[in-house]
Amino acid sequence: MALAQADVLAGLKEIVEEVAGIPAASIELDKNFTEDLEVDSLSMVEVVVAAEERFGVKIPDEAVTDLVTVGDAVNFIVNAAN
Amino acid sequence: MSRRRVVVTGLGATTPVGGDVTSSWSALLAGTSGVRSLTEEWAQSIPVHFAARVAVEPSEQMERVELRRLDRSEQFALIASREAWKDAGSPEIDKERLGVVIASGIGGVTTLLDQYDIYKEKGARLVSPHTVPMLMPNGPAANVGLELQARAGVHTPVSACASGAEAIGYAFDMIRNDRADIVVSGGVEAAVHVLPMAAFAAMKALSTRNDEPHRASRPYDLNRDGFVLGEGGGILVLEEYEHAVARGATIYCEIAGQGLTSDGYHIAAPDPDGAGVQRAVKFALRDSGLTTKDIVHLNAHATSTPAGDVAEANALRAALGADADHVAVSATKSMTGHLLGGAGAIESVFIVKTLQDRLAPPTINIEDLDPAVTVDVVRDKPRALPAGDIAALNDSFGFGGHNVVLVFKSI
Repeated sequence: MALAQADVLAGLKEIVEEVAGIPAASIELDKNFTEDLEVDSLSMVEVVVAAEERFGVKIPDEAVTDLVTVGDAVNFIVNAAN
Repeated sequence: MSRRRVVVTGLGATTPVGGDVTSSWSALLAGTSGVRSLTEEWAQSIPVHFAARVAVEPSEQMERVELRRLDRSEQFALIASREAWKDAGSPEIDKERLGVVIASGIGGVTTLLDQYDIYKEKGARLVSPHTVPMLMPNGPAANVGLELQARAGVHTPVSACASGAEAIGYAFDMIRNDRADIVVSGGVEAAVHVLPMAAFAAMKALSTRNDEPHRASRPYDLNRDGFVLGEGGGILVLEEYEHAVARGATIYCEIAGQGLTSDGYHIAAPDPDGAGVQRAVKFALRDSGLTTKDIVHLNAHATSTPAGDVAEANALRAALGADADHVAVSATKSMTGHLLGGAGAIESVFIVKTLQDRLAPPTINIEDLDPAVTVDVVRDKPRALPAGDIAALNDSFGFGGHNVVLVFKSI
């Protein structure tokens, strides 16, 4: 099933708000997970697992290190799903 | 060089009778029980259907995101430490001279068990990456150390129900030995869960007075039938005396000494002769430079078990001799239940308040005083303590035969 970028971003915002307490409104594609959103390495694991569950994709551990910004994650998920 | 003296400059607590020190202390003086029936479904599956949960849930005192990354024991530690640090005046200090010593008897046991349930139901992928930092027994100390940026050392002594008192003693030594000028110390416990309760019940250690939970914790009563599990924590900010004076801190009292011994007798049962307890009292008095004549109050370990209360009372009578006649003994577990690793810490907080107000809190639920109890128990309402220089003891014992006695004195 194809996923739209906007839908993935909206879903990811909810996940990051739940895990890290960052208001969804302040989460944008260009935000850096660690520097802007204070998602540390442990919380990133939670984000990844929640995203896999929600979007039905696999995000391998070796790919996670390349997910620096929210946009990186959105693109990865959209590509993996399509 | 004269010995470095250690004083108490801040207090914090979250207990079954109050969400902070002020409310907990008022409730104790009023003789209020914090023991309640448990509403969880699992409670009906074990022989004991009640416990002493904290009076104020952490969710009312912390942000949601912080809550989900912290075990309940860590939440208690942060809540009480924040109160204590603020009470101490949020001192400016070189972080390399700031330490943290916070104990727990069992650590993050509810996290361990909850995550095991998740593993069984949903698989390894769903096990939280926060599990280890949440379940490790040093987690409460580590989280407080991180928040305060303490760099003189962060420690967690573990000695079952003596842990909280041992932590305060460890902090006391850190300051005396010139490793630190301020140490945030105490103990916490969050073990109200079906497995620890089933396990304590299997030892026949818990009261089963299910029809009257608030009357179940009855230290020194002839019909006591076991302890009541409590949760929460207590924190004391300890500070080197000259350091406290120099910054104009409000000083509650002094910690004057400690005595530590072990029984070498049995893994869980108290030595009926209480020889280890007697030696701990003797060492603590010697360490403090005081004598039995100076002691006017004792907050007892007295958990409401048939064997433990009498063994302790006999040991105290033997150690204090005729001077036990002027020691007002309070068993506050009659109201708070037994906080295991948090017990010695909240009881130390209560001793500091006792010395401040010159008022020993009551022991409730004694209908028929056990005639085998040979100490002077404060019953039902608070008792005024004498004016002038006074001192008080906290004694705490743990499964494994650990004995800790702390000496607090007015200043």
